[in-house]
Amino acid sequence: MNLIDVTQLVAGYGNNAPILHDVDLALAAGKIGVIAGPNGAGKSTLLKAIFGLLNIHSGDIKHNGKSIIHLRADQLVAEGLAFVPQEFNVFESLSVEENLEMGAFIRTDSISDSIDHVYEYFPPLKEKRKQAAGELSGGQRQMVAMGRALMSRPTLLLLDEPTAGLSPLFMEKIFERIIAVNQAGVTVLMVEQHARQALEIADQGFILVTGKNAYTDTGDALLNNDEVARSFLGGVS
Amino acid sequence: MKPLLNVFSKESIIIIICAALVLFVFSLFGAAFGFRMLAEIACFSIIALGLSIQWGYAGLFNAGIMGFIAIAAFTSMLVSFPVNEDFRQSIYATEIIWVFVKLVMGIVIIWGINRLPFLQTRVALRRLLLLVAIAVTYLIFMQNLEPVASGIEKEAGFIGGFGLPVWMGWIAGGIVAGILAWFVGHICLGLRSDYLAIATLGIAEIIKAVLKNADWLTRGTLTVSPLPWPVSTPGEIGFIASRALYLTITVIMIGFILWLLQRAYNAPWGRMIRAIRDNELSSAAMGKDVNARRLEVFIFGAVLMGVGGAALVTFNSIFDPSGFLPLHHTFLIWVMVILGGAGNNMGTILGTMIVYIVWVMSEPATLLIFEAVKYLGVEWFNWQVPNDFDSRALQMRVFLIGMTITLVLRYAPQGLLPEKIREN
Amino acid sequence: MNEFIFFFNKVIVSGAAIGSVYAMGAIGVTLIFGILRFAHFAHGDMMTLGAFFAFGLTVMFPQAGQLFGLPTGFIMLPFAMVLTALVAVLLDRTFYEPLRRNKINPVGMVMASIGVTLMLQGLIRLFGGIEARHFFFAERKDIFRLALPFESASRKIVITEPQILLFVFTLLAVLAIHFILNRTKFGKAMRAVSDNVDLARVSGINIQKVTVITWMIAGSLAAAAGVLLSLDVSLKPDLSFNLLLPIFAAAIVGGVGHPYGAIVGGYVVGFAETLSIFNWAVFLRPFRESLPDWYELPSKLALVPTEYKITVPFFILVVILIWRPTGIFKGKVI
Repeated sequence: MNLIDVTQLVAGYGNNAPILHDVDLALAAGKIGVIAGPNGAGKSTLLKAIFGLLNIHSGDIKHNGKSIIHLRADQLVAEGLAFVPQEFNVFESLSVEENLEMGAFIRTDSISDSIDHVYEYFPPLKEKRKQAAGELSGGQRQMVAMGRALMSRPTLLLLDEPTAGLSPLFMEKIFERIIAVNQAGVTVLMVEQHARQALEIADQGFILVTGKNAYTDTGDALLNNDEVARSFLGGVS
Repeated sequence: MKPLLNVFSKESIIIIICAALVLFVFSLFGAAFGFRMLAEIACFSIIALGLSIQWGYAGLFNAGIMGFIAIAAFTSMLVSFPVNEDFRQSIYATEIIWVFVKLVMGIVIIWGINRLPFLQTRVALRRLLLLVAIAVTYLIFMQNLEPVASGIEKEAGFIGGFGLPVWMGWIAGGIVAGILAWFVGHICLGLRSDYLAIATLGIAEIIKAVLKNADWLTRGTLTVSPLPWPVSTPGEIGFIASRALYLTITVIMIGFILWLLQRAYNAPWGRMIRAIRDNELSSAAMGKDVNARRLEVFIFGAVLMGVGGAALVTFNSIFDPSGFLPLHHTFLIWVMVILGGAGNNMGTILGTMIVYIVWVMSEPATLLIFEAVKYLGVEWFNWQVPNDFDSRALQMRVFLIGMTITLVLRYAPQGLLPEKIREN
Repeated sequence: MNEFIFFFNKVIVSGAAIGSVYAMGAIGVTLIFGILRFAHFAHGDMMTLGAFFAFGLTVMFPQAGQLFGLPTGFIMLPFAMVLTALVAVLLDRTFYEPLRRNKINPVGMVMASIGVTLMLQGLIRLFGGIEARHFFFAERKDIFRLALPFESASRKIVITEPQILLFVFTLLAVLAIHFILNRTKFGKAMRAVSDNVDLARVSGINIQKVTVITWMIAGSLAAAAGVLLSLDVSLKPDLSFNLLLPIFAAAIVGGVGHPYGAIVGGYVVGFAETLSIFNWAVFLRPFRESLPDWYELPSKLALVPTEYKITVPFFILVVILIWRPTGIFKGKVI
């Protein structure tokens, strides 16, 4: 069974015209899914719709077979979803450690193990743990943001352009961390501008164009699809 | 074909209700009272139109309407009240002028320091000099004013007025309110909207404090009366005729203001204002000077408030600084505007009518209800009625203003008659 | 020496007292601003309401203070705080929450809070009357007069029992706020919501609970400030309105959304008030002989006449808005 199942989704902001039209998306547990496509294709919108931040006109979103379209954000977190927005994704005036604690807000058990766990994933954070997150560099902020999301021990991690604005070196590091997180058993669904690099680590790829599914296949298949490569991946490699 | 007047439209139903209310008041309390109420409604309408522009056209929150009214009423009183001969013949008439000449000199020096070319690059020094100059000017002014003010109070009561025609007083009142708005707006309009509310509330308090305590200027708690009228007074031609005349003048003023507003609304200026209100970011991005336009609206609204306030206080014929209750009266006017529909001129005037009639009628109504409560309390529970029971009972009206505001915001945020958005 | 004691009594003690009241009020205003994003105009009336709760309890149980050797009004303080906190939460549920759900703009919230303030005022005056009342109708207000061990000091330092209680309570309240905001889960969540409400929501923070806790803290601090001020002076229904402007000034001076800034702002405004109405002629009098003949020493030499005290917070407000709208501690919102 798929961990996340989006069927025939039509959604948009408020009562404005929908941005997504009949979008389908399915991802099995333990996989990495990548949503790619040109600007304005509704990639981030799809992610936000899954996380209940949009007005859903029709269609359904199932998590573990259970419809989640009527849940509030805090209920979704309790359900096992976690979301890292693209911008403003850390509490700037809170310390790194407090940011992590906020990610574990819904938990009532001890969280110190999880914090240590996050520091293992992202070692630079450990020495900065008392520092305000607003003072960190872009890459470190991204680590704080992902760490915060992991604190709720999610089964599904939604990442909105985790490498936006980062240098290629940092991009590599973030991808490497995403793989590590995935290997620990967390399903990852992310939106990426750097489609080629992202598809290389993806089990499943979804290419959206103007709010509709254009291509859906495994990462490798999409990379080897000439048409996809020409239109969306910057030429045949 | 569209009928000329749809009897069942919301607008005409509200007009019919208003007419019925007015008829009710006329038949119950007589024509003299009725005309008085209508004249007051007309004055309040001018004030409410001022607020309707600020809030409805530009989304500016003015929490200190009473301050603008008070300062305009004072100015109008100063311009139109007869000359106080005791003061004119006393030595203080020239001395007070000297005090203000010194103040102006101080301000010129401050302005000069700010502009001095040689200080432009030395910021710290300029700030220091400015601070010293402001402090010295202020202290000299206060030290000089104090003896003159108490002298005036002792020998002449207060400085009196200039004895000019009343209409000049009203215009002067509007101008002074506008200048005040320029000051407040200049500081606050670039900031979050909450700050304007706080600042206007503060300025209203300060104006009230000054008018109440500067006895040499306003007679303070002794009040100034009778203020001259622009038309024949009741003493000359009777209550009904004089009040009807007064009403006529104010209605003509409203007509003129409505004509002006209609033109402004449809002019490019009005379109720009609405564009800014509806989408500040994109208007700013299109190169419109958002804050300058807002400042214009704020000043324009304040001028109307000033003129209306001066007319209102003139009608009551008494200038009583402690009668200006900043919060209550300000929000009575707010209720008029938000209930009627901010930005809709007709709605504002109808809202003013309904709210003011209900407000006036609520006094006897509240007292009646509380008399009944008192009677039952004494009869059934042998209740000790507090001495100040009646004045306490009237506090229920304050409660009602507050409740109306919260209810309107929740259930009819656009008011009874929303602003008509024309399709372009 | 006597002049300095006079100065100490008039400026330092009084300024610290009123500053403490402003600080406690401003913490509430700043927290509400940070978390709910609007200027809460009904804060002054929550103070009055708290004071009236305490007064009502004092009238009902006038002997309670003797058991502890403290003023009865102070014994009633915790109860008044709890009651006011409940009222604050209730007000939010009935009046502010529906508007938030309708996604009304912040100015609409400000207006709603003014509606609430008028309703509270009406009710308080309906049930409480309009005259001033005193907490010490059955007890004696202790006033301590401390003599200084100097030959030249014949004046004494005067401090009242309510003032001492006010200082102690403020200190404890500030420590408690510090502890809550930095050590507890909900306190940190309050900071998180104030920092970035959207991220707080997607992190799973229960905004509703955070809102309730914010109102409880703000309400109980408002009640404490109201009770302690009325213990020191007297309980007047128009208490609230005169406090509103200084409290807003304090919150803005400290940087909106910044609790520690609000504390500093409260004392800045408090001391500015007492300093500007202080009669500085007192310090010149000892030098009367040595002053030049042409200078006639005025009997009163204050920066601002007492009647115009209200201009002081406004002046501070205007200066800060012109000079540094984010406040001295750099609040987040301008």
